[in-house]
Amino acid sequence: MPKPRTLYEKIWDAHVVARREDGTCLIFIDRHLVHEVTSPQAFAGLAANGRQVRRPDLTLAVPDHNLPTTARLDAAGQPIPIADAESAAQLAALEANVRAFGVPYIGAHDVRQGIVHVVGPEQGFTLPGTTLVCGDSHTAAHGALGALAFGIGTSEVEHVLATQTLWLAPSKAMAVVVEGALAPGVTAKDVILHIIGRIGTAGGTGHVIEFMGSTIRSMGMEERLTISNMAIEGGARAGLIAPDAVTFTYLQGRPMAPKGTDWDAALRHWQSLPTDADAVFDRRVEINAPDIAPSVTWGTSPEDVVSITGHVPAPESFADPAKQDAARASLAYMGLEAGTAMQDIAIENIFIGSCTNSRIEDLRAAAAILRGRRKAANVRWAIVVPGSGLVKAQAEAEGLDRIFTDAGFEWREPGCSACLGMNPDKVPTGERCASTSNRNFVGRQGPGSRTHLLSPAMAAAAAVRGRLADVREYL
Amino acid sequence: MQATRMISGRAIPWGAKNIDTDIIIPAKWLKTISRDGLGRGAFESVRAVPGNILDAPENQGAPILLAGDNFGCGSSREHAAWAMLDMGLQAVIAPSFSDIFSGNAFKNGVLAVTLSEQDIARLMAVAADGATITIDLENQVVTSDRQDRFAFAIDPFRKMCLMRGLDEIALTLAEDGAIAVHEARQAQTAPWLVPAQG
Repeated sequence: MPKPRTLYEKIWDAHVVARREDGTCLIFIDRHLVHEVTSPQAFAGLAANGRQVRRPDLTLAVPDHNLPTTARLDAAGQPIPIADAESAAQLAALEANVRAFGVPYIGAHDVRQGIVHVVGPEQGFTLPGTTLVCGDSHTAAHGALGALAFGIGTSEVEHVLATQTLWLAPSKAMAVVVEGALAPGVTAKDVILHIIGRIGTAGGTGHVIEFMGSTIRSMGMEERLTISNMAIEGGARAGLIAPDAVTFTYLQGRPMAPKGTDWDAALRHWQSLPTDADAVFDRRVEINAPDIAPSVTWGTSPEDVVSITGHVPAPESFADPAKQDAARASLAYMGLEAGTAMQDIAIENIFIGSCTNSRIEDLRAAAAILRGRRKAANVRWAIVVPGSGLVKAQAEAEGLDRIFTDAGFEWREPGCSACLGMNPDKVPTGERCASTSNRNFVGRQGPGSRTHLLSPAMAAAAAVRGRLADVREYL
Repeated sequence: MQATRMISGRAIPWGAKNIDTDIIIPAKWLKTISRDGLGRGAFESVRAVPGNILDAPENQGAPILLAGDNFGCGSSREHAAWAMLDMGLQAVIAPSFSDIFSGNAFKNGVLAVTLSEQDIARLMAVAADGATITIDLENQVVTSDRQDRFAFAIDPFRKMCLMRGLDEIALTLAEDGAIAVHEARQAQTAPWLVPAQG
């Protein structure tokens, strides 16, 4: 009988092109997403060495990180130039590179444009059982469809462009098993924050995490994308969720997904992918879903997670002396005192968006809380940034944009926005942001910005209350 | 990539854990289309604090950084390695590294050396006392002029590439035949793998 294998091992084995004595393998890459920030030096490297893009047909470029989220066309329908010269130059470089190298491109004025990790699944570019890379660590998101997907650096972007392969050492396999029903008001974001709080930001280092269990299986594709997206915050380069009927229903009919008899052949392959019953994981973590509360971060690491009914922890409450020091530094940066109730923390900024939480279900969840309500007077800036032009159009068709604008939110164009403090959407020094993004690092949303990570529904509740709030009081 | 065999000099005894790539180089510096000049933004939030260890006079020009667990966690930005090189750092010694950072460091000839917390604690002490630390890649040891000697492990292929300064893409293109075989098999058994256009 063949050795039982995990989903990860099945994908790995099917992509080995060559193997070195030390076990490192040359792995074929089926899908490569390219954006403007981590690609210019890679294309320049190709040009300097007279190299071509080996498989433009497996490559897709979309600008997202640097693109402003304010209006892109003027009243006459003409493109509005980007004010920041460096940003404009980076976007121009991407456009010149995709032309020179013949790479398929979804440009800034295309309705399909959006965050690469929203666009890939939405277009059916992301498929189960494929290897998928992008010069962005949140590529882990695509693991929600059962693709082995991970972020790479610019030298690796160049390597994939030139060879359609990467040299990789096999990762260890880690199972995170979530069982049971989630309580009302608890979302996929709360689940992944809870998991990271449990395993720590280095918990998955060297591993690929497969998220399993009844809680994950009962989630829709958009919730699964939120979970797998933040595998990287748990230290794992990739997350995986076994493809099933939810995955297949999501993909069928998407523009770049297989059609007709190709679909039937693909489906047969995908159905063979889930982890075999007796496959062995190097590590297993079990989570009881009913234990998970609506969650929020208090510090400057995604592992600094606490229930919304909890308090800012005392640094002395941590066993590890280094974590005690880190907690003291975090509290000083965040301007928080140990023992403060999380719900007493006032919020000046609200960001609903990012590759973690900018899909239609996320916007529906936030809008459900905001319907007929308004942001509190002390909330200075509140924005909703849809993950793609198609998400934006869908939300507008459902009237969600009006709910947001009536509640005092700005309704923006798609992009990475205030997740990363690189485009004009930034949180001012010393101010707090309730943010549906994925990182609360020092300076992440702008120099001196203070980030509290939470779900879209929790961000909406915080907007209404003007402080971090328990979404269950607003259901 | 330039060949790297030995790095020797002062080491900055920082020791901080979970140094993420937003700390190494904030996103606002990522709007460049070049690999050069990022040292200006390296560790910006750390260096904004008067009296910080990175700008201490005795640490100027130090080629080695001593850090805590999970160095380089966070984003995939290779700008982190470029920024460190541009400020003169050629090696980091830490108990663990994020997977993506260690790959990016390697591609740029920055040595990411893993030692135990205990060994690093000792190096921190002698570095703070002005010791010269040497990373000898060929013999896979970190030594100090205070009689310390700590062995480290490194992937043999990475070691060979670093020591010879090899272009990895050129090496991979030598496997062109194997790649073409894989592509041909894929075209036959799974033609649906090529995305439908539109």
